[in-house]
Amino acid sequence: MKRIGKRLRSNLVIYGLVVVTYVVLQMVMGSGHISSSLQGQLVPICVYVVMAVSLNLTIGVLGELSLGHAGFMSVGAFTGVVACIALEGIISLGAVRMAVSMLIGAACAALAGVLIGIPVLRLSGDYLAIVTLAFGEIIKNIINCLYVGIDHRGLRISFLTSAAALELAEGGRVIIDGPMGISGIKKLSTFTMGFALILITLFIVLNLIYSRSGRAIMALRDNRIAAESVGIPATKYKMMAFVTSAALAGAAGTLYALNYSTVTAAKFNFNTSILILVFVVLGGLGNILGSIIAATVLTILPEMLRQFNDYRMLVYAVVLILVMLATNNDDFKGLLYQIRGKILARNGTKGKEGAVNE
Amino acid sequence: MTFLSYFISGLSLGSIYAIIALGYTMVYGIAKMLNFAHGDVIMVGSYICFFAVSRWNLPPVVGVLLAMILCTVLGVTIERLAYKPLRSAPSLSVLITAIGISYFLQNAAQLLWTSNPKVFPSVVGDGSVKFFDGRLSISVITIVTIATCVVIMVALTWFTSKTRMGKAMRACSEDKGAAQLMGISVNHTISVTFAIGSALAAIAGVLLSSAYPTLMPTTGSMPGIKAFTSAVFGGIGSIPGAMLGGILLGIIEIFSKGYISTQLSDAIVFAVLIVILLVKPTGLLGKQITEKV
Amino acid sequence: MKKTLSIMLSMLLLLGVLAGCNNAGSSSASAPGGSEGGQPAAPSATAFKIGGTGPLTGGAAIYGIAAQNGAQIAVEEINAMGGIQFELKYEDDEHDAEKAVNAYNKLKDWGVQISLGSVTSTPAVATSAETFADRIFALTPSASAAAVVEGKDNVYQMCFTDPNQGSASTQYIFDKKLGNKIAVIYKNDDVYSKGIYDTFTAKAKELGLEIVSATTFTEDSQTDFSVQLTEAKNNGADLVFLPIYYTPASLIFQQAKAMDYFPKYFGVDGMDGILALEGFDTSLAEDVMLLTPFNADATDDLTVNFVKKYQEAYGEIPNQFAADGYDCVYAIKQALEAAGCTPDMSAADICEKLVATFPTITFNGLTGDDVTWAPTGEVSKSPKGMIIQNGAYVGMD
Repeated sequence: MKRIGKRLRSNLVIYGLVVVTYVVLQMVMGSGHISSSLQGQLVPICVYVVMAVSLNLTIGVLGELSLGHAGFMSVGAFTGVVACIALEGIISLGAVRMAVSMLIGAACAALAGVLIGIPVLRLSGDYLAIVTLAFGEIIKNIINCLYVGIDHRGLRISFLTSAAALELAEGGRVIIDGPMGISGIKKLSTFTMGFALILITLFIVLNLIYSRSGRAIMALRDNRIAAESVGIPATKYKMMAFVTSAALAGAAGTLYALNYSTVTAAKFNFNTSILILVFVVLGGLGNILGSIIAATVLTILPEMLRQFNDYRMLVYAVVLILVMLATNNDDFKGLLYQIRGKILARNGTKGKEGAVNE
Repeated sequence: MTFLSYFISGLSLGSIYAIIALGYTMVYGIAKMLNFAHGDVIMVGSYICFFAVSRWNLPPVVGVLLAMILCTVLGVTIERLAYKPLRSAPSLSVLITAIGISYFLQNAAQLLWTSNPKVFPSVVGDGSVKFFDGRLSISVITIVTIATCVVIMVALTWFTSKTRMGKAMRACSEDKGAAQLMGISVNHTISVTFAIGSALAAIAGVLLSSAYPTLMPTTGSMPGIKAFTSAVFGGIGSIPGAMLGGILLGIIEIFSKGYISTQLSDAIVFAVLIVILLVKPTGLLGKQITEKV
Repeated sequence: MKKTLSIMLSMLLLLGVLAGCNNAGSSSASAPGGSEGGQPAAPSATAFKIGGTGPLTGGAAIYGIAAQNGAQIAVEEINAMGGIQFELKYEDDEHDAEKAVNAYNKLKDWGVQISLGSVTSTPAVATSAETFADRIFALTPSASAAAVVEGKDNVYQMCFTDPNQGSASTQYIFDKKLGNKIAVIYKNDDVYSKGIYDTFTAKAKELGLEIVSATTFTEDSQTDFSVQLTEAKNNGADLVFLPIYYTPASLIFQQAKAMDYFPKYFGVDGMDGILALEGFDTSLAEDVMLLTPFNADATDDLTVNFVKKYQEAYGEIPNQFAADGYDCVYAIKQALEAAGCTPDMSAADICEKLVATFPTITFNGLTGDDVTWAPTGEVSKSPKGMIIQNGAYVGMD
């Protein structure tokens, strides 16, 4: 009974923090005291939070290193936008159309997750990492050669040619134009949509972690052989975590793509996958709240560093290294423990949450 | 004839991947970390050699030696400042630090040397050996690269199996704790590994830039990723595996461009990689580790 | 336990960021006008604030930095003349649409009145949609994709659109009978390269030019061109069309020479800069033809003066991006004067006036004489055919 209480409380902290942040930001925006710079970053922050939380499911909870998470984002982004444009005449309400597009984006990314999950399950460690990296590159390359258009006959798809090969009828529109990606997207993403997606993501991920399946997944992470020996089907649970993670990344991809008027396959490259990996590691493996905070901070940080002009990315690199060194430094840890000890002494039992699944 | 000339192109591209992969696999095998900054150390090595030869008019040999020395110093400094404090940290923290170093080197290079590309001088010589009335030619740089690869591979294999330091390295890679108990200084051994890895990076940098002579702050990143792929392909940690993986990757890349589609070549290379890893889950020459139950 | 630590650390960082955020907010609020509700800040009374985004770091930095430097020289010249005064600010977009929108928002907080858009195409498509929504006039120096100006009345281009360059190149090759069998090598993941390629082939089909080989490369594989060149050679191509930037082109020349293949080469404006490449053996580029609006070796006063100033300030020979940046500022100056704008007007008012004025002006600059703009935002100027001889550009007409 006590365990459930503790878990509930730690979950409530996460939900609470997200909701409070949203409400505060909405109030600030309502009063007009927000810079364009920060306002413009709200949707990308939501996207990266969802990406980080979903990747944490693969890395922290399932315990497998993925270097191709941006690939799922890419699948979600492109299928989501194609769906959104195709549905333009059918669903007129923007928010509903976007929600449907996100669902389609998530479904397609989940499908990609199943496809890539089959080889992933056979491998482990760095070999698995390289397969996910390879997957990300393959997706990027394929979308660069893909042409999709729409006219009154429906969607038309052509591969390895050019937009002209689509032979669109009068009034048709090219949607994906190979390396040019999609341009002229109507901006539908809003902060509220992003916030809703974060809540849904948290709901799915936290419920999965604390379910029977979640315990099975973590058992596989901690000791696969022991887990299998007590009859946990490794394939099923690994697949479950991996595909869920992919689907959420797909939804985030749709949200991302609908926030800008253009999206190209080149955006979702190895560097983007690494960026999200950095969020997860910095926030702490398996730590959902940590991922949320790290994604937020590291998305805002490069913008805050603009005053350094040319030295901006250099400073960013130094900050990254120093943070990694500090979080693993014993003296620094000792200092934090002391601070934490003092807070604990003052608040009694209240400081007992934190570690989600140690 | 086209087949042969493609094969030779593949060999020359592959030999470049191989020589970078050797440095990767060396560091991975001993320190068990993916050194994502390796490609950027290569870039620094190329720039040093470029400045020595083109700007200061030093003889190429001096340029290469200077690059090796400065890269070794750089590698050891990076190791001391950024990796050593993380010896007991989780491997992913080290990975992120390596990525930070990679960003740092790229941006520092841009500030120091501007983003304007520079053309690397011909350090190795740019002639070629011709066969069949000139219908087939192998450039000198390809021959030099392959020869260097073989020499380095043999030397590293000898070094790790015969010398005291090499044995210490293997001991560390097997079991750090046990090695420590046997009186091996793990920290020192890993530092030496980095020194060797960085010197190799300098050589790889010179050869990479001689073969493909445009030099930019981002020159090292893509070959770095390809070399990482090669190293895993051949079985990461295995020295002959890195060389085999690199050369095969180059050949597959050229063949898929030549016979299937230039547009899809990246996807084909990686798809082949996935298929091979499905058949041999620990790479071509990787150790098959049986798990104890 | 470690997780708690990292949370606390992240919290500290967040606090720092928020503190920084507050500072930024308060400083802009204390500036005259301030920034409210995400609206552009009110203008200062003395100088027009112009701003642009471009890649100042990363692999594409060379283009962004050049455009920034070119614009900076123009601003200094204009400010020294008296009359209209400018304040210029460039923000880094890392050649990424997301970062470009962030950079643009930063410029908005600064109070930008006229935008120089973005330097490269993909980011420019994203920022031009924002400038359109915010009613800020934008003139991009070098973002050449058609999608940048499409459907946006207040976004203009200083450079040719990619489709124009493609069809102009075909026409030129056809008129001058430069080649019978053409091979094309283009960059498949690049908006610019693919854009030119598409119209080039369409126009070639129309004119009856034979394209015997079309091969590609990508960002990830732009080192080895042996396959592309072998294919061109085996198909007997006598002209290789290269709608790409000069960095990969320099490798192509070198590798073609190594395999004893000496076709004619035809490039577009991205080829400009190849002669300024440090350490490049210019004999490799002998007889390379290109269509470009700018060349640094021209002898007219304007170019000589610009090249001299650029070299003094930055120690390099300017490329066409620098020239485009320079021309943008002068074109904006001319339009502002013609429209009678003053620095105390709001961005939206300036925008409406410039939208009305721009199609009416005729501009003479580094990248062309008698340059005019269509109301769609597309520029009309005549590209110059150049050929490289003895390490220098020579006009072909």
